Order: sequence, then structure tokens, then C-alpha cells
Amino acid sequence: MMMKKMMSAALAAALAVGMLSVPAMADGTFKIGAIGPLTGGAANYGLGVVNGAQIAVDEINEAGGIAGAQIEYKYEDDELDSEKSVNAYNTLKDWDMQILVGSTTSGCSIAVSEKTKADNMFQLTPSGSAQDCTKYDNVFRVCFSDPNQGKASAVYIGDHQLAEKVGIIYDSSGVYSSGIEMTFEAEAANQGFEIAVKEAFTADSNTDFSSQLQKCKDAGVDLIFLPIYYTQAGTILTQAAMMGVEATFFGCDGLDGMLDMDNFNKELAEGVMLLTPFVADAEDEKTQSFVGKYQEAYGVTPNQFAADSYDAIYTIKAAIEDAGATPDMSVSDLCEAIKASMLKIEMEGLTGTITWTADGEPTKDPKAMVIRDGVYTAAE
Amino acid sequence: MVSFFSNLINGLSLGSIYAIIAIGYTMVYGIAKMLNFAHGDIIMIGAYIAFSVITSLGLPTGLGILAAILGCMVLGICIEKIAYRPLRGAGSSLAVLITAIGVSYFLQNTALLIFGSNPKMFTPIIPFKYMTVKIGEFSFQTISAISIVVGIILVILLQTFINRTKWGQGMLACAQDRGAASLMGISVNGTISLTFAIGSAMAGIAGVLLCSAYPTLSPYTGAMPGIKAFVAAVFGGIGSIPGAMVGGLLLGVIEILSKSYISSQLSDAIVFAVLIVVLLVKPTGLMGKKIQEKV
Amino acid sequence: MKNSRGTMTKVSRDNLGTIIMLAVVFAAVSAARAAGLVNSHIDGLLVPICVYAIMAVSLNLVVGILGELSIGHAGFMCIGAFASAFFSKLTAESMGAFPRFLIAILIGGAVAGFFGFLIGIPVLRLNGDYLAIVTLAFGEIIKNLINVFYVGRDSRGLHFSIEGQMALGLEPDGEMIINGAQGITGTPFDSTFTVGFILLMISVIVVLNLTNSREGRAIMSIRDNRIAAGSVGIPVTRYKMLAFTISAVIAGFAGALYAHNLASLIATPARFGYNMSILFLVFVVLGGIGSTRGAIIAAVVLTLIPELLRFLSNYRMLIYSIILIVMMIVNWNPTSRAWIRRHITGRFRRGTGAGEEG
Repeated sequence: MMMKKMMSAALAAALAVGMLSVPAMADGTFKIGAIGPLTGGAANYGLGVVNGAQIAVDEINEAGGIAGAQIEYKYEDDELDSEKSVNAYNTLKDWDMQILVGSTTSGCSIAVSEKTKADNMFQLTPSGSAQDCTKYDNVFRVCFSDPNQGKASAVYIGDHQLAEKVGIIYDSSGVYSSGIEMTFEAEAANQGFEIAVKEAFTADSNTDFSSQLQKCKDAGVDLIFLPIYYTQAGTILTQAAMMGVEATFFGCDGLDGMLDMDNFNKELAEGVMLLTPFVADAEDEKTQSFVGKYQEAYGVTPNQFAADSYDAIYTIKAAIEDAGATPDMSVSDLCEAIKASMLKIEMEGLTGTITWTADGEPTKDPKAMVIRDGVYTAAE
Repeated sequence: MVSFFSNLINGLSLGSIYAIIAIGYTMVYGIAKMLNFAHGDIIMIGAYIAFSVITSLGLPTGLGILAAILGCMVLGICIEKIAYRPLRGAGSSLAVLITAIGVSYFLQNTALLIFGSNPKMFTPIIPFKYMTVKIGEFSFQTISAISIVVGIILVILLQTFINRTKWGQGMLACAQDRGAASLMGISVNGTISLTFAIGSAMAGIAGVLLCSAYPTLSPYTGAMPGIKAFVAAVFGGIGSIPGAMVGGLLLGVIEILSKSYISSQLSDAIVFAVLIVVLLVKPTGLMGKKIQEKV
Repeated sequence: MKNSRGTMTKVSRDNLGTIIMLAVVFAAVSAARAAGLVNSHIDGLLVPICVYAIMAVSLNLVVGILGELSIGHAGFMCIGAFASAFFSKLTAESMGAFPRFLIAILIGGAVAGFFGFLIGIPVLRLNGDYLAIVTLAFGEIIKNLINVFYVGRDSRGLHFSIEGQMALGLEPDGEMIINGAQGITGTPFDSTFTVGFILLMISVIVVLNLTNSREGRAIMSIRDNRIAAGSVGIPVTRYKMLAFTISAVIAGFAGALYAHNLASLIATPARFGYNMSILFLVFVVLGGIGSTRGAIIAAVVLTLIPELLRFLSNYRMLIYSIILIVMMIVNWNPTSRAWIRRHITGRFRRGTGAGEEG
């Protein structure tokens, strides 16, 4: 009970500190916030988003800002949890955020979009790929939607006659993976291949994949579709090599990042195909400059999350400039102005040339890549 | 039939890893009477130590394994001294359990800050071309054979140590009755430190073997295998070292077979359902001792 | 709150104190909100705090009062959340917000209670750590099952499947209600601080009254010595079931409150897995095991700490883990307890709650 008294006192103090609300003040900067999981198992994705955005913000500020106004940038952790993501949003709102880049993941992004809708704040999610993320008119996204990726993959495999029998290994407990799997399966019915094996793993059993690979091997599939993040890909490819599975592996944008894992045996990835808008090994000047800066600042190669959020910041810049918006506008006015401009701009980003439709979806072309000799090359 | 045996071998491979982890878990439980939820994270730290020595510093594999074992040993002793010992007289085993959770968060977040969130690919301790052994139509991973052999050796060594040495007898005495043990001149603190040192050293070995078989290494690598191994230890009868070995192997086989023949989406549920059935039939696990309760 | 002789006992006074404390805090926070003194961050935390406080009350009943360790309590919250959100999604257009939410909360509690009862039958035969493992197993099973559960609705009615969305064979205008791992999206926002506070108050009153009743004393006698309790004719299993089921119902309320506070409900490992169950256990243990008031205060403090540490950026969770370890040691180490008693709380009256010595 003595502890309880102390705790009560601490609690009262904490509340008193926390409750002091700061009066809103407009100054000559655009305040942009970002949200993502910075701790926990998905930290890799959130850190990509907040760091990628940081690079873009620094570049823009150095070059004179958006129409003369500097960007102030702040990010918050959501631990891959919807409730914490809303907490993060509220924290940023208290900081007078005007535009949100986030949340990183789909579930969190959906939860936060209810709040941005209520506040009519412009939200651009770099990587929230589930259909419902852009349900509201104030929310746009940079990445492909899951249905879009699943369908595009099935069409690509069908058009190029890559396989007759296809196996799928996906994360049934993940929003991203199960979302792509669903539409891939639906589109596969219209294509000239058969889904012979459909096997799942979950976040709680993602150590071993031998049983799923064994099924693919037994069924004699020519191609294994992996709509998953690259974190598990290393183990899957290693086990497949050990078990003598000879199918081609085909993935989506989540697989990018595999080659840049510390100490990754690139021989394992030989012949892996992916349909992705961004690869860190691309030769163009823009990607090279971004990857160089990112490596210098954070010591690792950026993944697609970083590229998406880098593009998100530049998209916001382009839309603000197109609309002629100024920092002293209210959050809601700013949102209306940017929303209108989003439909007009064409973004030359790291992840392709992007235009947007009113339902918040980006239009861009995924590139089919294949890994040869440890580097990405364009697949014919 | 061929694929059934392949699945069985895959199950034993996974099970051998669970078994190695479970031995450390069960030993600490049996003697210190606490669920050390940080055990899985000590495994992760062990794997990072081995990774740093072998891959980052380019030193020989043997040195990496040794560093992992010693590093985990020191870590285990420190954790026990700093976080668990102050609560020994608290009269509630729950308090220590919660502190173990705190330690688990601490280790994960420290690893996240030091090694970053991007997973690293562990270099298996076996060169790639020797990683599988082929006998006729079957092939199995060398590393799982090693794990099973190492597991059996560890069980024998530990059993001998506990039953034949003075230190081991001290451990048994502490497990039975700490008060009486200290009256007999056994240093309870020293004995429990020793238990943590041995248990954590085994976590170091487990870390190297785990990441050799499944090479993705991230700050959260140890968490789920840790929980699974804990389940395996309960399966076998927590506190029983041979039980942990058997429980680990069984758990791996059940997990793989349920994925292969029932549903890969529901395998977690099936594994836990089997656990519940086992405990209802044999409430102290497969090889656990039944303790007569008295008022 | 009076005992059979009609006089206020020390225990009743203490329970009344807990209720008054909650009411005063609620009044103060409401006043501050009305005066515009609360920023959005804290404002957004009020409902989650109520959720965690209710979970703390619920788990304290099992761990502190019944004396059995459960590390699967997030499973009951998960069931309550999904059952209530499912109902609200179904009736989102056809019912008014108030009756819908009321029924949703009752459904959440009822379904969670039903599962608590079902699970209790096998679980409560076991003891100690084995019981804890089985509750953990049930929590994980529940989470796993919900992740493969698909429910859709179209003009022909409801469709269920555990195979996937495709297997439902929905008409093109059909709507997914529970979409496997993607969970339920678009649950109406019905949870408010006031509703949360009322639910918390109901839970507290139910638990305090229970501990003060004949049944409650029987339950505590089981905790203190199961065999002795059985030998004097207390039906041990029945009372264990009673406490376990009530606790599950309360957890279901918390789940309903949680689900109606967010637009996306997903059964992730971090949210409804053993991690969360253990967090609830932390509330109970830090609050003093058996003290309802302590558990509530611990829930509030531990929910606020990581949020108020946001300024630490990437070091936030590291510092949080250190604070947790230090709090546990200070609170439970015999020497530091004695020191605090001597120097800080020594001059206060030693007011104990019902079963505080746990």
C-alpha cells in the first residue's frame, strides 16, 4: 500500500504534466508528422518510413523549403498497434501537425484515418496497402494496394506463362500478406495456371517452413508465390535450397530488401522474381543519391518503405506548390487544397511516375525484376 | 510414405531445436523455481554474440560459439544478481515472473538499439555444402542431427552433474527446500547463480544452433521459440531434464505434422490443444513427478 | 457495503474509499476536459485507460482473489471485442447508437463469459503453473482461430468460412464483416470516457461486493488453502468456476469498450497474444496482488508511462523496461518495502484492502 500512495502521487503529477495543452500557433513552417512501428517485430518497416521521410525533409529544407517555407518534421512510434497509432496521432496533433505521413502499416493506418477524417487532416500513407486504408477522401497512398499487387502478380505470371502449377506460401496472420494472397487467388482463376498448394504460416510460427516447402515439392509446383515481407525470405530460401526445392520464387514489393540483409547469401536468391516499384540497386541517379544519403545517415540500405515515404514527402511538396497553399492555412483548408491538387500532379518519384485518382489510389507501373548474380535486373 | 518420413524428419529437426532451448528453461525452473521468460531473449543475445564474432570480426566459428556460451553465462549471472535476487524473499513467485518480463523487454530493446531492426543472416556453423545429409531418398539437415546429439549429451552431462557432484546435490537440495539447504551449509545464492550460469550457457548453445538451422536473426528471434520451448518443457514435465528433451522433440513433430496434414493456418491452435489434452490426462506433464499435496 | 451486523467494517470502508477515489478522479478529469485543459494525447488515452483498468480488475479477481495464475486473459478480451464488434457491424444501419452499444457490451460480456465457463471446466482442475500454461494455450488458440475466421454478408444472408474470403462465395455487393487476419474494420465509435468509467465502476462494485460476500470468503479460503477449504465442505470447483466466469465477463466488457474505440480490430500477437495477457498480470502484481484499487492504479500508471516517455524517441521502450524492473524491485524487495514503510508510509494508518496480503 505504501507503493500505491507513491504511485497515486506519481499519477497525479503525470496527469498534471500531460494535461497542459499548448495553444496552437501558426508560424512560417509546414508541420509534417510521421507514424510507424519503431520498436517491436515490425520496427524495420517503421524505421524505413520515418528515416526515408527525414532524408526528403532535409533535402527540401536545404533547397529552400516548400515555396519558401521550411518543413518541421516529427515522428512517433506505434508499436504496430492500432490503439498506439491513434495515441501517436494525438501526440502529433498536440504538436500542431498539419499533414500526416502514415501510418506505416494497414491496420494502424485505417484506425488513424478515422481520426484524420474527423479532423479533416490530409493523410498520405506511404505503405498502408489494405483496401480500406483510403476509404476516406482525405487519405491517399503511395504504395500499391494489396488487391492491385495480387492481381498484377497473377496477371504477370499468366501472361508470361511462368508456370502451370503454382504454390503459395503466405502469412495468414498478416494484413499485407493475406490481402495479396486473396486477390491473387481470385485472379488466378482467370489465368492459365493452377494453384496446386496454398500454405500459410503465422506470426507465431515463422521459424520453420519445411512443411510448407515439402508440400510444394511433393506437388511438383513450378513457381512459389511469396506475398510476404523479406524478413522471412532468407529462411525460406535457405530451407528450400537444403530441401532441393527447384521452383522459381516470385514475390511482391515486400520481398525487396532481401539482398541487403547483413550477410545474406546471394546465391540463394538467384532467379527470384519480384514485381516491385522500387529496388535499391537501380542505376538511375535519383535512386543512387537517395540510397547513398540513407546509407550514410543510418548505416543500412533503404527498403521500399523508405522509398515510399521519401516519395510521400515530395508528393506533399508538389501538391502544396500546385495548390499555392501556405503554412498559415488551417489544417482543414490545407487538406482541401492538397486534395484537389493531388489529382492534378504527376510525381516523378523513386517508386515510378505516379498520378492519383480521387479514391486515393496511385497509378504507377510495377517493374518486374529478376535477381541475377546477386543484382536486380529487369525481367523481360 | 516418402513425404511422411520427410515430414517426420523435418519435425524432429524443429523439435531438436526446441529441445535444446527447453533443457535450459526447465533447469532454471526446476532449481530456481521461476519461469524465466527472458530465456528466449538470452538465446537471441547468444546468437548475436556468435554473429558478431564469426561474421563481423571474421574469427573462427569455434571461437564464436565459445564467445556465445561465455557471454550468455555472464549475462545470465548478471541478470540473476541484479533483477531476480532482490526479489527472492518477496514471498511471491509472480513478482519474479514480472521482472523476467521486464528483463525480456530490456534485452529486446537493447538488441534493437545496438544491432538495428534489419534482420541479419546467420552463417550456419556447418559449411553450406555439408548442410544436408542424404540417405537414399531421404535427406535431413546436418544441424538437426547435431542438435539431437548435443541435446542428448547435455541431458547426460546435466544428469550426471546434478546427481553425482556436490554442487549438483546442492542444487537438488535448494530445489527441495531452500531454508533447510541453507541450514545444511549450502550457499543458496551461489547455487542459484550456478544454475543460471549453466542454464544461460545452454541458451548460448541453443542460440547458435537455432540460427544455424533457421538463419534469420532479429531482436525478436528468441521470443517465439522461447515460448514454444517453454511449452515443450511443460509437455515433458517441467523441471525434468530428460522430459524437456522428449517434450521438445514431440512438440516439433506435432507442429510439422499438423501443418502438413491438418492445416497450416491452424497449427498453432492444434499444438496448444494437444498440450491441453496432455495436461488434462497427465497434469504434471509426460515425465513430471507427482507431488503429494499436504495441508 | 455493510456486513451482517450492520456496522461499517474496515474492509467496507476501504472499498468505499476505492469507489470514492474513482468518482473523484472521474469528476476531476471531466471538469478538466470541459474546461479545455486536456490535450488530445491525454484525451485519446482516457478510453484505453478505462479498458486496461477494467482488465486489471478482471484479472485481479482470478489472480489476487481466487489465487490462480492466468496468462491468457487477453483471449477473453479478444472474444468480447470481436463478438461485440461483430454485432455492431451487423446492426450498424438498423439500430440507434445507444441501444446498439448497450447490447454490444452485453453480448461481449456474455460471449466472453460463456467461453470463460467452457474453458474453466478443464482448466480449473489443474493447479499452479500448469493451470497458467493451459490458460496461455487457450489465449493463443483463441487468437489463432479468430485469424482464420471469415464472415461475410450479402442479400442471401450470412456466410461463414475458415478457408478464406473466396470460399464464402459472396455476391458482388456483399460485405465482409470479419475478414480473417484483417479483422473487423469500421466498427462504429461508441466508446466514450463516460461509458468506460461506468463499466469500470460496475466491474469494481461487482468484484468488491463479491469479495465481501459469503461466496467471496469461500473463494479466498480456496486461495489460502485449497485442501483445507475442501475439507470443510466448500465446493472448490464451483467457486473457482464462479470467479473465473465473472472475471471473463468483465474482460468481455473491456473488449467491447476497446473494439468500439478503434476503427480497425485485428487479433495481432502484440494485442491479444500472451504479451498482452502478461501486461495485465503486471498491473495486478504491481498493484499488490489482491488489491483492486492497487491494480487499477498500476494499470493507469503503466499505460501512461510509455506514452509520457514519447519524448525519449527510440529509447522509449528501453527506459520503460528499466522502469518496470526497478518498480518491481522497489515494490517487492523485502528491504526496500521495510524502508518505505518506515520512512514514507510509516505514519499513515495501515489501511488494507480485502485480500491484500495475497
